[in-house]
Amino acid sequence: MIRTEELIKAFGDTTVLKGITTEFYPGKTNLIIGRSGAGKTVLLKLLVGLHQPTSGKVWYDDNDFFSLNKKAVRAIRMQVGMLFQASALFDSMTVEQNVRFPLDMFTNFTAKEKAMRVDSCLERVSLSGANAKYPSETSGGMQKRVGIARAIVLEPRYLFCDEPNSGLDPKTSIVIDELIRDITVENNITTVINTHDMNSVMEIGDNIILLYQGEIAWRGNKDQVLESDNEFLQNFIFASPFLQRLRQQALANGGE
Amino acid sequence: MRGTMPDSSAFANFAFPQKYTHVNAVMIITRFLGHVGRYFQLLGTAIARPEKATMYYRETMRQMNDIGVGSLVIVVLIAVFIGAVTAVQFAYQLQDSFVPRYYIGYIVRDTTIIELAPTITCLVLAGKVGSNLAAELGGMRQKEHIDAMEIMGVNTASYLIMPKIIGALIMVPMLVAIAAFVSVLGGYIATVPVGLISHAEYELGVRSAFIPYNITLMFIKAFVFAFILTSVPCYQGYYVKGGSIELGKASTNAVVFSDILILLFDYLIAVVFT
Repeated sequence: MIRTEELIKAFGDTTVLKGITTEFYPGKTNLIIGRSGAGKTVLLKLLVGLHQPTSGKVWYDDNDFFSLNKKAVRAIRMQVGMLFQASALFDSMTVEQNVRFPLDMFTNFTAKEKAMRVDSCLERVSLSGANAKYPSETSGGMQKRVGIARAIVLEPRYLFCDEPNSGLDPKTSIVIDELIRDITVENNITTVINTHDMNSVMEIGDNIILLYQGEIAWRGNKDQVLESDNEFLQNFIFASPFLQRLRQQALANGGE
Repeated sequence: MRGTMPDSSAFANFAFPQKYTHVNAVMIITRFLGHVGRYFQLLGTAIARPEKATMYYRETMRQMNDIGVGSLVIVVLIAVFIGAVTAVQFAYQLQDSFVPRYYIGYIVRDTTIIELAPTITCLVLAGKVGSNLAAELGGMRQKEHIDAMEIMGVNTASYLIMPKIIGALIMVPMLVAIAAFVSVLGGYIATVPVGLISHAEYELGVRSAFIPYNITLMFIKAFVFAFILTSVPCYQGYYVKGGSIELGKASTNAVVFSDILILLFDYLIAVVFT
């Protein structure tokens, strides 16, 4: 489990996060949602240690992340996988080399063991046979899946996804969402997803926090979204008149 | 008044207030010291036990190939012309003088070994290799490759920078040695076949009054310059922020600062070691 305690982050005079206290649970897809500029990415980068908090704490189980020494931080990071918004695949490496990179760096597996692990990860994300392709030869959806394969190759306990659906069509977004949820449940991973995709919220939102101007404006799960009367949540999820009408109809039909 | 442009003559006698120039100077010095501190901090982080020796070895080999083999042609080409120009110009200066002509070989040898081979080669490498390293690391920073590695637990300062520095420390002195040899050869090609000097005179010049310490001096320069021309661009690239314009600036800064530092240390080495 990951826990944050009164997390504050300021850049100069601008305070982006104003005391975030929340928990992210294992085996669940934990969503951080909010409009652009709400502080989602900053929170995610704080969780993985790419930013230092101005004050507050991040706990990985019983470890206060920002008070650990470098060795302990590295030990935790080896249990972390991350999917970046733009995938962050190493473009001079093939798909196979990308997925194999963490194995090369941190394990003493034989070449055969590495190949087996890479193949199984690529199979898990439905990319068998794409080993020799370069990232530039693959579609956006494929790059996301390669990113997921690389993130899970060391069997992490924590998975972070920064806008996993950005730039993808709705159908491919659903595939990515389902993949992340299945991997989370199968391996009891603590998955934290930063998104503003409404489909993701409604489909895989086991534990959701809504950020508004650096504060948590709402928390709950996908089943509570429809019926919640939280103004910030409704303005965000059902932003367009069309979606508002859909919500009214769904409520009239008893939430179906 | 809103909407009106001030009269340009109003600025004709404008002088920056004295108090602001002080503030600017303090800011510039503070910023400079900040860069120096961060540069050494980065180097301190880079010196660490590798996560996996084989990965570092492989990366070092790649860098040695890129920096060394990849720069061989340009270094040889430049060295030939440096030797040739030095020889021809010295021959021109010796015209109608009482200085023996074999001095052409002697001068070409010593100027290339002591100064031209290490300095010009490294200035050229700062341009070729330095800009490349800054662009490579800057690109990785912008595409979040460095963040991705950090999150995996890789010491990126070490993995991305140390192999480059080690590769350069091995290959640049070799390139400099080749450049020195080729320069002397260039001097020969430019003078002997065209009759400015005979083969025997050139050979006599190259062999006369040879001081082996000059070779040591050449390698001292090569090592120091190799460190500068990799570490400075790596620093510039590693901390790039912004977009393609900033990446271009970082690449330019990498070359400019490397060149300035190479010339500064060229002087310091000359003062200290000769």
